[in-house]
Amino acid sequence: MLRALLTVLTLLCLPAAVLAQDLQPLLQENQAQIAKPSRKKVGPVLDALVGSGLPQAQEFLEKWQGKEVYQRQEDGLFFYAVKGDGGLVLTDIDSGETATIDAKAMKQIKPNGGVRKAIGEALVQFQLSSPDLTRRQEAVTALARNLDPAQLGALEASISGETDAALKARKEQLVTYLTARFGDTPETRIAAINTLSGDIRVETRAVLSQILTTKTLSTQSQPDANVAGTLSLPREEAYALLVETQDLPAPLTNDVIRKALEANIEGGKVAGVSAASLNTIAARNTAYDALAASGKAPARVSESDITQALATWTIYEVYEDPDPAVTAAAKAAQDAVNTKVAVSQTADLALDALSLTSIYFLAAIGLAITFGVMGVINMAHGEFIMMGAYTGYVVQLFIPNYTVSLIVALPLAFAVTFAAGVAMERLVIRWLYNRPLETLLATFGVSIALQQLAKNIFGTQARPLTSPGWLDGALVFNDVIQISYIRIAIFVLALLFLALLLFILKRTRLGLETRAVTQNPRMAASMGINPDRIKMLTFGLGSGIAGIAGVAIGLYAKVTSEMGSDYIVQSFMTVVVGGVGNIWGTLAGASMIGTLQKGIEWLNPSNTLAAQTYMILFIILFIQFRPKGIVALKGRAAGD
Amino acid sequence: MTKALSKTFLIRHPSTLWVLASLGLFTLIVSVLSEAAGTGLISTSFVKTLGKTLCLCLIAIAMDVVWGYCGILSLGHFAFFGIGGYAIGMWLMYARTEAIVAQNLSANLIPPTDSEISDAIATQIFGVVGASEFPAIWAFSHSLTLQLLMVLLVPGLLALVFGWLAFRSRVTGVYLSILTQAMTLALALYLFQNDSGLRGNNGLSGLQNIPGFEATSQAVISLAFFWASALALALGYLLFAWVTAGKMGSVIRAIRDDEARVRFLGYQVESYKLFVFTLTAVVSGIAGALYYPQAGIINPAEIAPIASIYLAVWVAIGGRGKLYGAIIGAVFVSLLSSYFTGGSAPDINLGFYVIKWTDWWLVLLGLSFVAVTLLFPGGIASLFDKLARKQ
Repeated sequence: MLRALLTVLTLLCLPAAVLAQDLQPLLQENQAQIAKPSRKKVGPVLDALVGSGLPQAQEFLEKWQGKEVYQRQEDGLFFYAVKGDGGLVLTDIDSGETATIDAKAMKQIKPNGGVRKAIGEALVQFQLSSPDLTRRQEAVTALARNLDPAQLGALEASISGETDAALKARKEQLVTYLTARFGDTPETRIAAINTLSGDIRVETRAVLSQILTTKTLSTQSQPDANVAGTLSLPREEAYALLVETQDLPAPLTNDVIRKALEANIEGGKVAGVSAASLNTIAARNTAYDALAASGKAPARVSESDITQALATWTIYEVYEDPDPAVTAAAKAAQDAVNTKVAVSQTADLALDALSLTSIYFLAAIGLAITFGVMGVINMAHGEFIMMGAYTGYVVQLFIPNYTVSLIVALPLAFAVTFAAGVAMERLVIRWLYNRPLETLLATFGVSIALQQLAKNIFGTQARPLTSPGWLDGALVFNDVIQISYIRIAIFVLALLFLALLLFILKRTRLGLETRAVTQNPRMAASMGINPDRIKMLTFGLGSGIAGIAGVAIGLYAKVTSEMGSDYIVQSFMTVVVGGVGNIWGTLAGASMIGTLQKGIEWLNPSNTLAAQTYMILFIILFIQFRPKGIVALKGRAAGD
Repeated sequence: MTKALSKTFLIRHPSTLWVLASLGLFTLIVSVLSEAAGTGLISTSFVKTLGKTLCLCLIAIAMDVVWGYCGILSLGHFAFFGIGGYAIGMWLMYARTEAIVAQNLSANLIPPTDSEISDAIATQIFGVVGASEFPAIWAFSHSLTLQLLMVLLVPGLLALVFGWLAFRSRVTGVYLSILTQAMTLALALYLFQNDSGLRGNNGLSGLQNIPGFEATSQAVISLAFFWASALALALGYLLFAWVTAGKMGSVIRAIRDDEARVRFLGYQVESYKLFVFTLTAVVSGIAGALYYPQAGIINPAEIAPIASIYLAVWVAIGGRGKLYGAIIGAVFVSLLSSYFTGGSAPDINLGFYVIKWTDWWLVLLGLSFVAVTLLFPGGIASLFDKLARKQ
């Protein structure tokens, strides 16, 4: 406390201290303690040094700690020195003048470990109150990394003089942490702990769980400690714990028994039993017991011994912190934090599900349009996604500015895949309108060819599609909830497409004709609509959207020739679950699949493969109950 | 009685007779030329390739029945094939590891207990995925009889349950195809997990070593498997020829052409479809059980949806709705594939660009597939039919 006061005084007198003064006289006053410091008596010296407010004091402390201070034998003056050519290079502590001297004339000062630690603590005070902001920040960061109760005073003292608001708040935060963990009285600790309640920062959670650290304790009576509860373990584990702590005999493993038996084989027999017959555990145990009875091996721990031991000893979980009031407060605070963390995690999960939904929506909407209007499945849809992504990659090769290249890539990807889609419709699909299963296979042929073609052109390794700088990073709400800007951008893109498609289908001539052809192609044709043209354009539109989805997906995933096949089954699922031929249906399908997948992943976070497996099983079952999807078309358009 | 029946059946279906005769002749030629017979004109590895091709023919005719005759484009039959392979692979791996473990433990002074043996086998098998205990699905792996039953039952039951669910709710056409593809994908993803109990990504390996025949050379074993595959194909062909002939065959084809009309005529469409789906799944399982001991290794990648689609490609190129078409397709495409992707095909130098077949074969396959679908819906087999008609 005294030192803290002194520091405050120092800070108050800072202008006065700037008047150039020499440190040497002060050092000479404490010559004995500086030359041969001891852990117990060095305190006042350090206080005096810190209290002097001299600018040289910090450097001196650092050098002293680093064993770079030497004392001249003849007059006892202190210098900094380093070994150089022909002796030691001395530096005057105050003036900074240098001179070379014979090493024998000087005595190196070597403070022991305890003293160096004390010096270090004194240095922290300097750093915490240093006029240099970066220095202060570094000191605070170092302190936060290793919360040391000894520095609580120094930290508290430095708060009032802190000019930087952010750093001040940070210091106050650390003071709360330190007080909560190491405060002098239970009252101050509980007060500090209560302020932590509901704070979901990772640091806070660590502090609370450190206060609530437990250890196991086995006793025969009620333990004299801050008990958290009794520990109920499975029989074997509980006994193993007792063996570890209470010097009870360990149960013999089958391996040990076998070795003991093997060691005692005499003429093919162990304890009178033929070794060849010992091929069951029971037979081995009997033979071993006979061996133990003859004193050739330690006795086995019987099951009743274990039962008895478990009945006598109770295993408690005990807080390392002795004060029940403090741990109770910490427990309450932790519960409050956990509730809040759970809420935040749910929100985070919802955001994740939303972003997955938008990806699936983007990947599937093009398919939904072509499938809905023409009733044919385009297995090459995934390859159109891939084409879009590669278009983005190629554009980036020519336009180095990522923002501009993205702006160019989006329409270009649409144009490329639109053209590819129209070409495929004209060349392949229109001949197969009455044979949907064969369309599936023919488009699959196209898909194999396109995939291999991409492999031949771009190679098998993944190509990067770099997002512009302003899409880097993540929007952070707190330590739990965050979402990357790319995912937000994809979400916005999905929303835009939803709006655009709704507009095209509901408000334009093309949309009207498309809907007419979807509902009844022959009737539409007799009304003067050219179904061929509509089908071609719709197929182009669906493929073009796949291209744009490819650019979006390529931004956060790697661009490979196989990326299409990663999305194709999910896209089909989305369309089928949502209901064919309806944008809202696709949205519903994407939401369901996205949310479901994230939900299952949350239940079993280590295993995304399992999540996908269960999701597909769920979808297979779902189709049993709603074969036409969530949003089913009614009337003639529904087919069959 | 049966002889008379089969005689009349074969006479009424001359193509069956032709196929069986050529299969027999082919088997004879391969046997005589194989290393096991002493001539050695055909290497052991090529005998294996031929044997595997026969197994692929078997699953191809199963696919042809379910798709070409019944109109169900199943993209899941390779999953049944893989299940058959896994079922037999579990026994092969268990029995072989058991022999090795017994050898290792025989040095012990005290004979091992049953649990020690089983633990040692489990550690040996599952060490690669960091487990050391037998999962529940390996409960029958010690018994060849039970595992052979699994080869039939697991694909059969899976097909029965899946088919019942799907046909009952009248899922048809492309929806059904996508659904079967989803089933395949789910199975493959499940098997890819390390804790699936089937060694995850590593799959089952060393299947070419048949327990109990360690002393027999691979040349003899490969020929035995070749014969077994040929026999299975012959029996499978007869079975499917019989199923697709007669009144049942007519109903099945009618379901393909107009399901609703058959239903209105009073037939239990769902039962017929379920029967065909399950029967072909069981045959696929048998084909897999014969294929993988010849391949030596099975892993989840074999089951991936793409494999089932290739199966459809073979049948389509060979000719749907004709059993021999499926065989032609499977032989033609799979042998051609291994020729072109094996690297032995000569590169074509165009002057400005060298066409490497390993790179361009899939492009060619994909495009020729489109061409066959568009221009020759009957596949290669329709060419034979044209020739036959001209005569």
